[in-house]
Amino acid sequence: MNAYPYILEFLQVFALAAVAPLFAGWVKMLKCWSQGRTSPGLLQPARDLHKLFAKDVLLAENASWVFRFVPYLVFGVALLAGGVIPSLSVDLPLAPTADVIVIVGLFAIARFFTALAGLDIGTAFGGMGSSREMTIASLAEPAMLMAIFTISLGSGTTSLAQMVRSIQSGQVLLRPSFAFAILAFVLIALAETGRIPVDNPATHLELTMIHEAMILEYSGRHLALIEWAGMMRLSLFSYLGIAAFFPWGIAVSRDMRALGLAFAALLLKLAAIGVGVVLIETGLAKMRIFRLTEFLGTAFLMATLGMLSFFILE
Amino acid sequence: MSFEPLQAGCVAIIALLALAALAIALQRAQRFLVAFSFVVSALASLLAAAAGAVCVGRGSVSSVTLLLGLPDLPFTLRLDPLAGFFLVVIGVLALFVSIYSLGYVRGYLGHRSVTRLVVFYNLFLAGMLMVVLANDALFFLVAWEIMAAASYFLVIFEDERVENRRAGFLYLVIAHIGAVAILLAFGIMAGLGTGFSSFGGYSFDAMRQSALPSSWATAAFLLAFFGFAAKAGVFPLHVWLPEAHPVAPSNVSALMSGVMLKTAIYGIVRVAFDLLRDCPWWWGAIILVFGLLSAVLGVLYALMQNDLKRLLAYSSVENIGIVLVGIGLAMIFQSFDLHMLAALALTAGLYHALSHALFKGLLFMGAGSVLHATGERNMERMGGLIHRMPWTAALFLVGAVSISALPPFNGFVSEWLTFQAFLLSPSLPVPMMKLLIPMGAALLALTSALAAACFVKAFGVTFLGHWRGGELSQVHDAGWTMRAGMLLAAISCLALGIFPPPVIDWMDAVTQQLVGTKIGLPLGAFGWLWLTPVAAQRASYSGGIVFLGLLVCIPAVYLLLHIRPGAISRVPIWDCGFEKLTPRMQYTGTAFAMPLRRIFGFLYRIRERVRPAAHAGQSAYPARIRYSLRIRDRVWGWCYAPVARASFLLARQVGRLQQGRIQSYLIYSFVTILVLLVFLR
Repeated sequence: MNAYPYILEFLQVFALAAVAPLFAGWVKMLKCWSQGRTSPGLLQPARDLHKLFAKDVLLAENASWVFRFVPYLVFGVALLAGGVIPSLSVDLPLAPTADVIVIVGLFAIARFFTALAGLDIGTAFGGMGSSREMTIASLAEPAMLMAIFTISLGSGTTSLAQMVRSIQSGQVLLRPSFAFAILAFVLIALAETGRIPVDNPATHLELTMIHEAMILEYSGRHLALIEWAGMMRLSLFSYLGIAAFFPWGIAVSRDMRALGLAFAALLLKLAAIGVGVVLIETGLAKMRIFRLTEFLGTAFLMATLGMLSFFILE
Repeated sequence: MSFEPLQAGCVAIIALLALAALAIALQRAQRFLVAFSFVVSALASLLAAAAGAVCVGRGSVSSVTLLLGLPDLPFTLRLDPLAGFFLVVIGVLALFVSIYSLGYVRGYLGHRSVTRLVVFYNLFLAGMLMVVLANDALFFLVAWEIMAAASYFLVIFEDERVENRRAGFLYLVIAHIGAVAILLAFGIMAGLGTGFSSFGGYSFDAMRQSALPSSWATAAFLLAFFGFAAKAGVFPLHVWLPEAHPVAPSNVSALMSGVMLKTAIYGIVRVAFDLLRDCPWWWGAIILVFGLLSAVLGVLYALMQNDLKRLLAYSSVENIGIVLVGIGLAMIFQSFDLHMLAALALTAGLYHALSHALFKGLLFMGAGSVLHATGERNMERMGGLIHRMPWTAALFLVGAVSISALPPFNGFVSEWLTFQAFLLSPSLPVPMMKLLIPMGAALLALTSALAAACFVKAFGVTFLGHWRGGELSQVHDAGWTMRAGMLLAAISCLALGIFPPPVIDWMDAVTQQLVGTKIGLPLGAFGWLWLTPVAAQRASYSGGIVFLGLLVCIPAVYLLLHIRPGAISRVPIWDCGFEKLTPRMQYTGTAFAMPLRRIFGFLYRIRERVRPAAHAGQSAYPARIRYSLRIRDRVWGWCYAPVARASFLLARQVGRLQQGRIQSYLIYSFVTILVLLVFLR
């Protein structure tokens, strides 16, 4: 048996876990610069995680096993998704485990259980966060799947590795349906990763929190795992976008040079995505929660237009 | 002697009927009656499930003619793979529910006689098995009525409550309107098939052979669809369902929601794919559209419920919708001779039927345990039950995860298959359908996301947080038989989620029978692990590896973090430093669903009132605020209330004839005789 794909798999998951805090730091750094502040540096999120892991856990007196189980589950799901989405190479043993629909399902598990954790302690903030998160998710998911279906109709597969292959081999070049799907995907990714204008990751102002409200009661290593998983989620959505729309650079052949190139390409693309995210975040204000239906409706409309243009124009 | 599936099925039915009769004889010994009858029902269900499983596995068809029935029209039974599949659906859940009932029904002992429950429970099971096995229209309808009547008596088991009697009445009315439509459909098929010459046309075998003129076939199909849809609770005929299912004893609710609705699905599949065969594409489109409507609206209404069992009942409307989506797609594909895709879509629908039986059964059993322990159905007065009822909570969570279509559980498998079927719709030759059908996929995605929100609410408000109600000291976990029933259902949910390929391979006999082809998964080395319905390059999923991955990742992270001992100290709730937290400040079910209520508000009939009550002089500072909220089904006002009002009006007009005076009645008789004389000269 060839060990190469398994080593690669391990490498990719490891790279995700390592790159995610750096990417979060990069976005934070750019944001500070764009707002004229001094940045805490690229390593600040990693230092935060390190500090949290060293701290003791303070657990609310009525927390059930669900509350303690959720951080590990959320983290495990993020690792698993990292093993499936091709970011360095398409030659992954785990890639056929899950196609795009399953990846959306994996994100849904993490969200489902985080929302339960929000309800577990019985505070008003937790419930508020859970309720809002599930509302946004239920509006974002149809748009997300429509965007994904548009791409998979173009490439004739729902498997990400196959999509990467077919786009790289030039079967699918830039098409009008892709343009719409990209727009839709960006809007949904902002919603799903909890960025402005949907949620503000930096806020601790009670009434505007969504994701933060659910995890208010976490501390110590539990909080560290959830925060880390959140950073990985940001990276994973970027990987998903890269694999579906800009896969050039992901290694298709088995040689070390291609792999090195793939890693360099990945870092470059992430850097560019970071710039994009910061431009959006500084350019827009956070929306009122009931305006989000319009925001996500627009995303859905874009995805639908993409699908229509696929049938009409292609 | 080899195992004869049809004989085994008959033995199961006879055992259940005998048990129903025996229960009356045993009504003095209530405790023994419960223990004995549910053990035997469990065994009979197991036998029925085994018969179905073997039949589907062999792909065999066998039939038998009984010495019962009308002259010229004997009852016939037939066990083919389709019937076998539904025998498994019914038998497996009936087995689990019977085990659960051993504990659950014991709760009634001392309060009321359970003889009626036992009698009708067994009749109900026997009725469902007979519906599936019937091979002629007459026996089918007899069995259908036994099932409907038995379930009516089960719904009104606790008949001292007015709402139970009302719900039972509503159920009976709609079930019979449906039954009339089914009767007419069979009449058309039998009469036009044989040219009204003999009774022979009433057997399903004759219907299979006859070719109906297409307009009559359409009429038969529409009538049958209407009749079965009324039973299945398809939108907008679902109104009885959220009334009747919650008020029945919970073990019966589990069977009604889990499998009784499936007999209607069976009827639709039987009529469309077996008796009428060549369907035009728009029959499939009708089923698809109603399926999508039921799915989306069912879950939106479920979200607004605060009665746990009502919520589950509305979610059955949703899941029946998802099953119908698969069947509708299969009919559309079949009409364009895309047999492979039809097989995929049909498998998706039937797989969801099986999955839904298991997880909805599990959830109703869980809700029953909660009701048993707390005497409460309203979620707003529960909370924190996970500490008091750890088993029930964990098993209910498995059901909630399965129904929310999250991998690696069984709900996700059928949903994934349905999505794959949707994605293959561009191979249809009609451009319009290529465009519109993928929109259905978006609605399905919306449904599954809303279902997740709905079950976060159901589980979170009921089991998590603090207890909101009054007395808590008597709340206890379910007994071991109840746990065993739920545990078996939960294990089946997981098993169907992790190992779908062997199940789908087993189900190939059904698609082979109905659409003439099978999916034929490549079952090579490790083939049982990979679900690749079309081609490995197109799409693949392995629930087993997702499960294994989580099973490895989570303990690994846990162990890594616990190498160095880190203390966990229990502290008071932080809540951003707020000190005076009370259980009443928790998010309630109503609050949880509020954002979605605002977004989809146009779909409900909402009456929301905020009234500042007493205020001491200053109206700006009311001492108390009254808030009332009522959310109702719009369908009631749109479809049912007018019909009900019209029938009352009509009855009142007709009632004018009854004046109570003998003279007028004599005149009526006289006029009648005159009219008859004129017409029947």
